[in-house]
Amino acid sequence: MRISKRIPALLLALLMLTVALSGCSGDKSNEEADKTPTPEQTEQEAIPSGEPLMGGDLIVGIAQDLDDTFDPHQMVSAGTREVLFNVFEGLVKPDTKGNLVPAVASDYEIAETGDSFIFTLREGVKFHNGETVTADDVVYSISRIAGLDDGKPLMDGMDAIASVEARDEKTITVTLSEPNIELLALLTAGIIPEGCDPSVETVGTGPFMYKSRSPQENVIIEKFDGYWGEEAFVDSVTYKIISNGEALIMSLQGGAIDLAAHLTSAQANELSDDFTVLEGTMNLVQALYLNNEVEPFDNVEVRRAISYALDRGMIMDFLAEGRGTEVGSSMYPAFGKYFVPELSDHYSYDPEKAMQLLADAGYPDGFEFDCTVPSNYQPHIDTAEILAEQLRAIGITMEIQLVDWETWLTETYLSRNYETTVVGVDASTMTARAMLERFTSDSGSNFINFNDEEYDEIFKKAISSIDDEEQVSYYKELLSILTDRAANLYIQDLCDLVAMREGISGYEFYPIYVMDMSKVYFTE
Amino acid sequence: MRKTPNYSLIFGCALTALMVSVIVIGYFWTPFDPDTMSTSSKSMPPNSVHLLGTDNFGRDILSRIMEGAGTTLLIAFLAVSIGALVGTLIGGLTGYFGGHADEIIMRINDAVTAFPSILLALVVITITGNGKTNIIIVLGILFIPSFARVIRGEFVKQRNMDYVKNAKLMGVSNMRIIFVHILPNIATVLLSSIAIGFNNAVLAEASMSYLGVGVKPTESASLGRMLLDSQAYLFSAPWQALSAGFSISILILGFALISEGLGYRPTWRPAAKRRRKADA
Repeated sequence: MRISKRIPALLLALLMLTVALSGCSGDKSNEEADKTPTPEQTEQEAIPSGEPLMGGDLIVGIAQDLDDTFDPHQMVSAGTREVLFNVFEGLVKPDTKGNLVPAVASDYEIAETGDSFIFTLREGVKFHNGETVTADDVVYSISRIAGLDDGKPLMDGMDAIASVEARDEKTITVTLSEPNIELLALLTAGIIPEGCDPSVETVGTGPFMYKSRSPQENVIIEKFDGYWGEEAFVDSVTYKIISNGEALIMSLQGGAIDLAAHLTSAQANELSDDFTVLEGTMNLVQALYLNNEVEPFDNVEVRRAISYALDRGMIMDFLAEGRGTEVGSSMYPAFGKYFVPELSDHYSYDPEKAMQLLADAGYPDGFEFDCTVPSNYQPHIDTAEILAEQLRAIGITMEIQLVDWETWLTETYLSRNYETTVVGVDASTMTARAMLERFTSDSGSNFINFNDEEYDEIFKKAISSIDDEEQVSYYKELLSILTDRAANLYIQDLCDLVAMREGISGYEFYPIYVMDMSKVYFTE
Repeated sequence: MRKTPNYSLIFGCALTALMVSVIVIGYFWTPFDPDTMSTSSKSMPPNSVHLLGTDNFGRDILSRIMEGAGTTLLIAFLAVSIGALVGTLIGGLTGYFGGHADEIIMRINDAVTAFPSILLALVVITITGNGKTNIIIVLGILFIPSFARVIRGEFVKQRNMDYVKNAKLMGVSNMRIIFVHILPNIATVLLSSIAIGFNNAVLAEASMSYLGVGVKPTESASLGRMLLDSQAYLFSAPWQALSAGFSISILILGFALISEGLGYRPTWRPAAKRRRKADA
């Protein structure tokens, strides 16, 4: 009896739930149709409005925790660079257009021979600990990066520096072992106080100073009052680590965070109209990075074959309604000078040809491989799923292994213990070298184990070239080699959507992967 | 005493039959290929072509449900089979014989049950890596203690009953008593715990896939995985989450009703029997 009464009630409840929920779904879909931002709308929204107010505490959502130490000379992940851009400054720094503007130095001269730079220190630049930056600090910092004391440069390309000396209190000469016109871009590396060990204390000269961090939770930076340049608007910025894409959107909606970058269009669509969504590019090269030492990717024919199975347009359509830029090699469009758009047509989408080539390479029935994807980057996961589908069409099975960011960093990137991975690779500085040096066979950051003699040779020529035009043509040649050898399955420079809640404005995009927080302000 | 129809069992069987037939049909035929992506039919609400709409990759949700429910049910079936077989064996032997072995094994059992099973599954999966086979094995092992406990309890009850004593006196072997005499007598208990086990297994698969440690994204559709994928579009495309969520609910409701229906018999029937005996 007890049960017989309960059943109809249960069924009734289920029925009502169905009706209620399906009614709800109808409404939502209509709303959504109106809400989907078209490019025009986004453009309109991008115009900043409202008077900037001073003060306020900004909370920014980021997808991963930062590197273990905040050493500006040894940052591994782009996510760390993006945050520390606000804390450290070099002798020069990039502006929003990608030009190098004087920062800690007020002026610089390049010797006619191209093998030495003379920097004049800016008056009154202070470290976050209150001390004034002296020539000795600069000499210490540059010697540290270039490894002048122990012969181990901390950054790629810094081995070009032969010596650095302080001529007087305000003048520093950097002498190169051979002429190098790209080196200036590397001098964006942070200046730290003499004798400071940045893995212990975080002291820079940027508009914000480091306050605290709580691993896997947050990083807090505070406005630095003694900043030499235009001071930041907000009092402090809290970076909250939210590795789950849905949680990030929920936090934005719920007001727990004010701003989040690197969203997919699906994520941005979930947000209500109260949010400003800005569109830029992420300035990285997203690709299916192939471990060139692992079977079958050690066979160039296999790599070429699967390149024909890649339909970039489809990925971009799914990810961002067609937004983003196709890339065909390790260079993204913000590098106007080096970017070769034609390379993305080198392997036009042709599954038939892919299967033919695959059969010729000895894999008529395809093969199976694992693809390791960091689970905190939704765009990369989605891309991997679409790729898996595209490869399935030519008989290849791609298994997706989701791993957390720390595991990806140690196992995949540093230990190179993987078959393939979908990620974005960015440039630490605005130089082609920063993108291309990693593919030389002996580079420490050559995580795909690319090994090509011709590439190494041309790379050497490129970095020692002192003629800009000649250098550009060498770099373009390197890009063609990467494309021709199908080193990776190059996909795109992702469209970068930044969402800010109402009352926040001023966000500006850079041609490198950074978030400049000094320009963001509250309007209410 | 008039016998009331066993509504729970009837509705439970009906719901389960519905889901199983959907799954069986899905095994041979789905309206669309569940894995084919299409840009043109991305995130479409339910319509006459795609009855349950499409997901963010333009895949037909109905087809994916048909395939995904199959994956989920298969995992549940195999996991419960492992749990029930091994659990019955352990529970039967320890319950029947008792003694030190019983004490030791049951304490180990308690130790395993002390951990929340999902948490334990998560830990094991982190070590072994995810994927269908691993989930089946892990869940199967995790289900053993609960089966062992229930079956042991029944055996302890039954071993002192007259029919068992009689059989012993007649010199029937222990194995025969356990499997031929006692086991059929506890079939209802076993069946209802299998039904509950199914429930837990479906939920466990769904939650593990939902947490991203279950079925791999490219392996095959699974209800939990679909729920995970759909939550990113909860507001813009709610039909994705609803379809997956409803399928899980119906599967579980079916089994829950069956197990309740099975449990319904022993509470009423013996009472009726006893009365009849008293009358006689």
